[in-house]
Amino acid sequence: MISNEIIAIPVAEYHDRMQQLRNEGYDFLESLTGMDWGDSLGVVCHLESTTTGAHIVVKTATEDREHPELPTVSDIWKAAELNEREVYGFFGVRFVGHPDMRRLFLREDWVGYPLRKDYDASPEVNPVRMTNEETLDSTPTYQLNADGKLEEKVNVIFEDGEYVINIGPQHPATHGVLRFRVSLEGEIIKKLDVNCGYIHRGIEKMCESLTYPQTLALTDRLDYLAAMHNRHALCMCIEQAAGIEVSDRVQYIRTIMDELQRIDSHLLFFSCLCMDLGALTAFFYGFRDREKILDIFEGTCGGRLILNYNTIGGVQADIAPDFVRKVKEFIAYLRPQLKEYHDVFTNNVIARQRLTGVGVLSREDAISFGATGATGRAAGWACDVRKRMPYGVYDRVDFREVLFTEGDCFARYMVRMEEIEESMRIIEQLIDNIPEGPYQTKTKPVIRIPEGSYYAAVEASRGEFGVFIESRGDKSPYRMKFRSTGLPLVSAIGTIARGAKIADLIAIGGTLDYVVPDIDR
Amino acid sequence: MEMMKKPQIKSMKYEDFKDNETLEKMAAELRAGGTNVVVGCLDEMIEWGRSNSLWPLTFATSCCGIEFMAVGAARYDFARFGFEVTRASPRQADIIMVAGTITHKMAPVLRRLYDQMADPKYVVAVGGCAVSGGPFRKSYHVVQGVDTILPVDVYIPGCPPRPEALLYGMMQLQRKVKVERFLGGVNRKEPKPDYLKEK
Ligand code: SF4
Repeated sequence: MISNEIIAIPVAEYHDRMQQLRNEGYDFLESLTGMDWGDSLGVVCHLESTTTGAHIVVKTATEDREHPELPTVSDIWKAAELNEREVYGFFGVRFVGHPDMRRLFLREDWVGYPLRKDYDASPEVNPVRMTNEETLDSTPTYQLNADGKLEEKVNVIFEDGEYVINIGPQHPATHGVLRFRVSLEGEIIKKLDVNCGYIHRGIEKMCESLTYPQTLALTDRLDYLAAMHNRHALCMCIEQAAGIEVSDRVQYIRTIMDELQRIDSHLLFFSCLCMDLGALTAFFYGFRDREKILDIFEGTCGGRLILNYNTIGGVQADIAPDFVRKVKEFIAYLRPQLKEYHDVFTNNVIARQRLTGVGVLSREDAISFGATGATGRAAGWACDVRKRMPYGVYDRVDFREVLFTEGDCFARYMVRMEEIEESMRIIEQLIDNIPEGPYQTKTKPVIRIPEGSYYAAVEASRGEFGVFIESRGDKSPYRMKFRSTGLPLVSAIGTIARGAKIADLIAIGGTLDYVVPDIDR
Repeated sequence: MEMMKKPQIKSMKYEDFKDNETLEKMAAELRAGGTNVVVGCLDEMIEWGRSNSLWPLTFATSCCGIEFMAVGAARYDFARFGFEVTRASPRQADIIMVAGTITHKMAPVLRRLYDQMADPKYVVAVGGCAVSGGPFRKSYHVVQGVDTILPVDVYIPGCPPRPEALLYGMMQLQRKVKVERFLGGVNRKEPKPDYLKEK
């Protein structure tokens, strides 16, 4: 478990200290959270060393609310690039030295900074604007000049003569409403600019006015293909903070459910990737088999997609009487199907050619961007939270962390396909041994978390999903931040796609397998 | 919020609404009222064809979109009802299924998609988010229902609606199309909403 102690660093030393930490081996910026502490604005950074596994949490704050400025760390960790833009959009903190200070999620003409505590949320201030947003080819950036003064400069993203095409937000291959602007030279991608926020739902701000049990409802809708995982992470974080014990039975059920969800998500990944690459039959195969998991979920949780199953201290309802039998039947059914998948798609010449050697992400870049999950593991980075910081009953089961070293689209694809098999193995080890016990620990009607800040993470379908809570002892969180699994993936897409063909962007996007509402939150 | 157990439907009893036969009968009556024989028969045929080949736009912003995909896949298979293929271009689509949350940033984009579609076009609001903002109604960045920016023909509540509900909603739309008159004359003219008037 990650220590919840936060080391405060004054703004003046912030950049140097961070560089020093990087040199000490903290090469993975787990999450960067913007904060409004009332009298000051700042950021909290969770760092991890991929060699030793050590964690450290640091924060810095500035008291200037009119023109808050902090030095950037985007030159140290690439993950900070989009995260700092997010903080700028939500809190108005300008990062000095950051190459690109546009708002990440909100429109440029948005009034105010929504995650600040003094934000005016009335609809008169920000009505639904029906005018089309202007897309700019340049961005402001703030640099310190020689005599220590702040200077606003213009950073040009796309030159006038460049051939820029727009993909999205309404495009079948972006898997939702994500928008890219791509500059091309012939067929080759020169530069890629990501534009997020078309499904930014403001979940983090909403959580601040909800009680802890109420906040659970929103996590399922973040990454709906990792609904179980997301809610598991949040429940775990609240349980650890409030000191609530959960029974062994619950841990088993949660672990099994997590793995079923993982298979579900990977099957959907398979279907969609095949469809994007033109193999429509495989899409129907994947969806047909996915329905079987949805039936199992429906029997126990009542929902197919949005499950609302985990609760603080347990789960909503005990598993259905036929749950064990159905899960076993499903596993017996899926094994031969997987072989068929490999026959129809994996070993197909066209599929191989479109995936192998395309869209390579190196291990260093994967760590620097914080691209966890199958993307990181395909590049050889052992980033599985189930192994790094075991939760549930993952420390009691035997499974292999699937690792590849190529880092290309095919490796990402294979990691997911093999993970389905590992997930089945995990389920098989657990399904017959679910211990007796209560499925819900008695909790107080009003749950309060002691003052402090807490972080918990799980391995979701597409990487590390983390929950960061800062509590002031109330029944609702002071700040709740979700470490998105998808945001690092889209931040890396510019690096991955550079030099690739425009048609490869579809394969790259498909194998990164992001879910857009999870990026935008 | 107060739950409405039995929603009031003007000019129809609540029980009737759930009864397919009554609906079919009503549609037939509406059609029969004062139709010219020749044009009426031709009309009927056109609408029969149209209602059975409504092609949706591939449009989904979030969770509901996955259920929409599931309805398109093998088990629920909406091709059975004539929603044959989804079209990726709004120019070729007849209906837009607004599946998922619509945010402030998305609203002008959605409107543009709608404007790009060829007439006659229909809008189906899928899921709580599209109907009213759903679980995110209180958010600063979510549109409180697509009917504030588009004229909606059918509402399908649910979070997400079950595939069966989606199919039912789409069949309701088919009925709606069937009582339309392609060759002149309308049963009841809806006033154009303010937001669609030319500026
Ligand atoms: S109605 Fe529910 S399932 Fe549908 S998009 Fe909204 S939150 Fe997701």
